[in-house]
Amino acid sequence: MIEFRAATKRFDDGTVAVNELTLTVEPGGITMFVGPSGCGKTTSLRMVNRMVEPTSGTVLVGGRDVRESPRAVLRRGIGYVIQQTGLFPHRTVLDNIATVPLLSGWPRRRARGRAAELLDLVGLPAELGRRYPAQLSGGQQQRVGVARALAADPPVLLMDEPFSAVDPVVRADLQDELLRLQQELDKTILFVTHDIDEAIKLGDRVAVFRTGGVLAQYDEPAALLGRPADDFVASFVGRDRGYRALGFLPAKGVPVGEVATVRLGGSVAAARDALRDGWAVVVDEARRPVGWVSASRLSGVDGEAAVSDELVESGGSLYEVDSPGGRAGSLRGALDAALSSPSARGVAVDADGAVVGSVTAHDVLRALADARQAGEVPS
Amino acid sequence: MRAVLGELIGWFGDPAHWTGPTGVPQRLLEHLGYTALALACALVIALPIGALVGHTGRGGFLLVGLANGLRALPTLGLLTVVVLLAGVGLLPPIAALTVLAVPPVLAGTYAGVRAVDPAVVDAARGMGMREHQVLLRVELPNALPIIFGGVRSAALQIVATATVAAYVAMGGLGRYVIDGLAQLDYPQVLAGAVLVAALAVVLDAAFAGVQRVVSPAGARRSRRGRAGRVSAVRATEPGGTPG
Repeated sequence: MIEFRAATKRFDDGTVAVNELTLTVEPGGITMFVGPSGCGKTTSLRMVNRMVEPTSGTVLVGGRDVRESPRAVLRRGIGYVIQQTGLFPHRTVLDNIATVPLLSGWPRRRARGRAAELLDLVGLPAELGRRYPAQLSGGQQQRVGVARALAADPPVLLMDEPFSAVDPVVRADLQDELLRLQQELDKTILFVTHDIDEAIKLGDRVAVFRTGGVLAQYDEPAALLGRPADDFVASFVGRDRGYRALGFLPAKGVPVGEVATVRLGGSVAAARDALRDGWAVVVDEARRPVGWVSASRLSGVDGEAAVSDELVESGGSLYEVDSPGGRAGSLRGALDAALSSPSARGVAVDADGAVVGSVTAHDVLRALADARQAGEVPS
Repeated sequence: MRAVLGELIGWFGDPAHWTGPTGVPQRLLEHLGYTALALACALVIALPIGALVGHTGRGGFLLVGLANGLRALPTLGLLTVVVLLAGVGLLPPIAALTVLAVPPVLAGTYAGVRAVDPAVVDAARGMGMREHQVLLRVELPNALPIIFGGVRSAALQIVATATVAAYVAMGGLGRYVIDGLAQLDYPQVLAGAVLVAALAVVLDAAFAGVQRVVSPAGARRSRRGRAGRVSAVRATEPGGTPG
């Protein structure tokens, strides 16, 4: 879909931003460009819509040299999202989103209608359409930026560090939202980030650049973590890569054991009887976990009393046995649930969030060893 | 002092000064006419140049130097030169006043376009706007408040200086000053000066009103939003724009 052929960008002062980049981005899926600052990842991205012209080499989109079409026409066919959003301050949110359709000559009514659809698609309420960008939060502005890029339904989306300027909680939301959108729309997305965790989380394939504009490795995230091409990639990928690689291994071999549960608001006496190895998961009426109660916490409490919030110890992360996103249910999720739980038993939940059992770190590691023996773990 | 004030009030009280071709309304219209004409000329010259230089970012240094150089020209001297070259008439005062008004408009337009957030311009280009669309649809609308500031200061300078038209046998409020001096009629001189000053104040207030209207809605609203107290007060005003 996007092809770099020995693309090189040398600036007037002689610095080489991108050095002989040869790389093919397959249609569909998210391809991440990641690397330290000054590695040429943004310059490479900007070559695709000719915001930067390569000094030598070529860039092809859909098999055609990007220089074949006039800049403006090429750009209208490629979605573009940037870090500072670049929303037009003097136009309403709806008119911002309608920018490319209007440039392409759509009638105003149809363009506005399309913009309203997109507002909904990126999860923003319709009444925000009449506001101005400055009246929106950072996360909302970035959603509008994505909606604007998608307005003319381009097959290719370029995203230049779109989520770097928002706080971590909002960033995680936006990342999940992008994955959801991508499942729905199946665009070819080229995404630049300096955050390797973001690259691993979002990317179907990840290109790691090193300073001087040289491609260091282009691989699937699991392979990047499991088999870094060299010391640079290994150090860039980070020190927890062994642990993070577990995120790409399905946890189907991990046995889900039974776990004792007690109702929030039930009697303390009943809770004491229910404890297993001194612990029980406290659940609400939908069997969703609230936390843990322990023998030591319950000792000395009147048996007639109800199990209240004060008696509950907060739990660890939850291990989703299988979720619709297909990204949970990994060995990493299972292991983290076990390690972060006060009882050393990780709480396993189903797609609705209801408790189905528990896992232990020991079980996870044994499942990993079994998988290795069976040759299911790439190494 | 008191005597001068009395004579001034006497001058304004004389009905003869309010009618006919030398009356205040007529002179006021002439004065405003020169101002409007010179301002229009300055806009036609300075707006496109300022916008173009601001958009391309090339020649900014030259432009700032040129504007400062023009500012240093004495209007009266310039007027004399033009009269010597072209003779008496409307052209010399309008030319001199235009030269006076070009620098603030030029500087305001250039600075306004340069001040537009580069990310916004980058996005406009990345969306597929052509260069003229980037300038007309994104840069100029967002530069409007600063451009208008330049226009406002140009208008004030013209109004205050348009008295020079009387030097070359034209009308306007300057007539009172020039004729008064010639006839040693000091109340008339003072009346002319007071009228020019009052006109400048009124014009400035009018421009301030227009400036509020032309600020792009997004910028205006965000400014109001940041000043939380102001926004709360405005919201309770009857007929205020609903946020």
